[in-house]
Amino acid sequence: MSDYNFAYLDEQTKRMIRRAILKGLAIPGYQVPFASREMPMPYGWGTGGVQVTAACLTPDDTLKVIDQGADDTTNAVSIRRFFEKTAAINVTQATSDATVIQTRHRIPEEPLNEDQILVYQVPIPEPLRFLEPRETETRKMHALEEYGLMHVKLFEDISQHGQIATAYAYPVKVEGRYVMDPSPIPRFDNPKMEMAAIQLFGAGREQRIYAIPPYTQVVSLDFDDYPFEASKAEGACALCAADHTYLDEVIVDDDGGRMFVCSDTDYCESRRQAGHIGEQGTPYGKDAA
Amino acid sequence: MITVKNATKSFVLHNQGGAVIPVMANGNLTVNPGECVGLTGASGAGKSTLMRMIYGNYLTQSGEIRVGDLNVAQAEPREILQMRKHTLGYVSQFLRVVPRVPTLNVVAEPLLQLGTPRDAAMERASELLSLLRIPERLWDLSPLTFSGGEQQRVNIARGFAYDYPALLLDEPTASLDGRNRETVLGLIETAKARGTAIVGIFHDEAARKQVCTREIDVIEFAPKAAA
Amino acid sequence: MTPLLDVQNLSKNYGQRIGCKDVSFDLYPGEVMGIVGESGSGKSTLLNCLAGHLEPDHGKVLFDTKTDGLKDTVTMSEPERRMLGRTDWAFVHQHARDGLRMGVSAGGNVGERLMAVGARHYGNIRAQAADWLGRVEIREDRIDDRPTAFSGGMQQRLQIARNLVTGPRLVFMDEPTGGLDVSVQARLLDMIRELVRDLELSAIIVTHDLAVVRLLADRLMVMKDGHVVETGLTDQVLDDPQHSYSQLLVSSVLQV
Repeated sequence: MSDYNFAYLDEQTKRMIRRAILKGLAIPGYQVPFASREMPMPYGWGTGGVQVTAACLTPDDTLKVIDQGADDTTNAVSIRRFFEKTAAINVTQATSDATVIQTRHRIPEEPLNEDQILVYQVPIPEPLRFLEPRETETRKMHALEEYGLMHVKLFEDISQHGQIATAYAYPVKVEGRYVMDPSPIPRFDNPKMEMAAIQLFGAGREQRIYAIPPYTQVVSLDFDDYPFEASKAEGACALCAADHTYLDEVIVDDDGGRMFVCSDTDYCESRRQAGHIGEQGTPYGKDAA
Repeated sequence: MITVKNATKSFVLHNQGGAVIPVMANGNLTVNPGECVGLTGASGAGKSTLMRMIYGNYLTQSGEIRVGDLNVAQAEPREILQMRKHTLGYVSQFLRVVPRVPTLNVVAEPLLQLGTPRDAAMERASELLSLLRIPERLWDLSPLTFSGGEQQRVNIARGFAYDYPALLLDEPTASLDGRNRETVLGLIETAKARGTAIVGIFHDEAARKQVCTREIDVIEFAPKAAA
Repeated sequence: MTPLLDVQNLSKNYGQRIGCKDVSFDLYPGEVMGIVGESGSGKSTLLNCLAGHLEPDHGKVLFDTKTDGLKDTVTMSEPERRMLGRTDWAFVHQHARDGLRMGVSAGGNVGERLMAVGARHYGNIRAQAADWLGRVEIREDRIDDRPTAFSGGMQQRLQIARNLVTGPRLVFMDEPTGGLDVSVQARLLDMIRELVRDLELSAIIVTHDLAVVRLLADRLMVMKDGHVVETGLTDQVLDDPQHSYSQLLVSSVLQV
């Protein structure tokens, strides 16, 4: 054990955050202000997500942390260690074993279930921000459901690129009411947001929490003649041959050589374990890559 | 059609010590349909003032000015606007238009205001401009670039574009040459024959004699010196 | 006929200072009213109270709504008032940057109001935007350019297109030709006049330029120190002003 209070934050703070979470769940997609605390990590490293996770964790929980789909990047490793140290909980890299998953930029490929909570790290929670800089005005727009401006952004996309070029943080309308920023997940993941697990969004610097309860309607905004498409890079994973997952492009040498691999490392690994082999892959357990 | 009864008018110059300048004490005038009444009197006697009062451009202090059913002296602005649109035309000595607007549109404007289809309005405007010898190559230009005589003719064309039941003409033949003068007088005669009630100011005595059915010297309406 | 707008005893104070006091008038469909007065006379305060941008202290602003007839816009709910602002009303600012989104293309600027009232077909929105750009004499190939690349006159015309695309019935204009070259002004005036006539718009135009109101406005209201000192037909007020201040105003105009 450590000298920290369980999960770092004091109990009063966690209660305050839980109240914000409950309110967020009661009003899906609505941004609930909360008194974000200083965390022992810089803003932009997931302070909002960490506080939400801290407020959700119980000693029996198993935590998984994803950064851009991967479990083994600095950010993911740091946060996992942080909770191991301050809450002494179990951690895992396997999606199915986790009860709480904190994520940055991805939703796991494997469908989540009712016993899981997905916590998103959010840099800018206000979807209208780029077109309307005044907070007073954006709040009013949410209150009065004045969302025409959101379509202006998509309109500009089509005008300039011939299609909706917004590839991540693609705005959604939750349960037919609030327009919400899904955090910078690729739009490929948008359809997955209608899921069995609870989804919580924490923005530390902006001091906002919002939520999507299980089985809530989440619709990606679009135009009648330019419908939403969950796009991804063409092709299949070079390691596990999956052609239905979100792929990362990896530059492998100085000559522009590249390969596409699953962004969800846990999913890729389990597929390889199950015997799937991609073009550049080797049977599981035998490679040194 | 036009009746003026005991109309009075004075100007109060607030910024010049509140000086009161009475200009009309007892204006009386009746113009029947088909009549053309010429106003006479020395310069500054109040001919244009009376005309402006009838048009609603100057306020009337007391008395009554009727154009059709409307008492202009007490009418609401919008009633006067309706009157100007439907009943009373005015050819002033000055052309006041939005810069850049083509002459053809300037002339067609009164008809367009009334909702006349664009083609018909433009056709009527072309007709009048041809009649008044404005060269067709000028029709697309703003009349503000024209000579005085041309501007005057554009103004007349505009005034006659729609067949108003009543018409005010302020020096319509002033700076016109012989042929155009005849054309304008012809327009006036046609209007009279149609039953238009006309009040006109003509310094051109021959013209006055030719078209006016009666003359009224506005000196009769001048305030007494004692006033 | 019901008036489109019926204003009763409208007052707005800024603390002890009077913004506008006891203003009453009505405006019928198709009418254009000018409000003139020097800086600080309360004309902009009045305009902003009428357009729902400022809350007046006293008085009523009755607007002939499509659904419920005359309704006080001061006491109606904010969503309803803002809806009017997007549909039945238009507001043309003196500075185009206040009325445009400078970071959004011309097409997006015009399309915004359509999208705000629920248009969701890109092709149709773009076609309507292009049509409106044409009507305010902006070449269609500029549709994807941002207003920052436009001249002052073009920006102002774009602002007008953006405002009129949803077919409003009442247009508020705050010095619409202020700060523009005279030649550009003339073109804009002509355009506004044609649009007002063709679309049977009613308009309230605040300006200190008497030449602008003479050409555009049917009726005129002269304001001084927050009070209306004279109203009447535009040409009557300009040619035969009754109040000492109106006389001063008219006589102060430089002759060209």
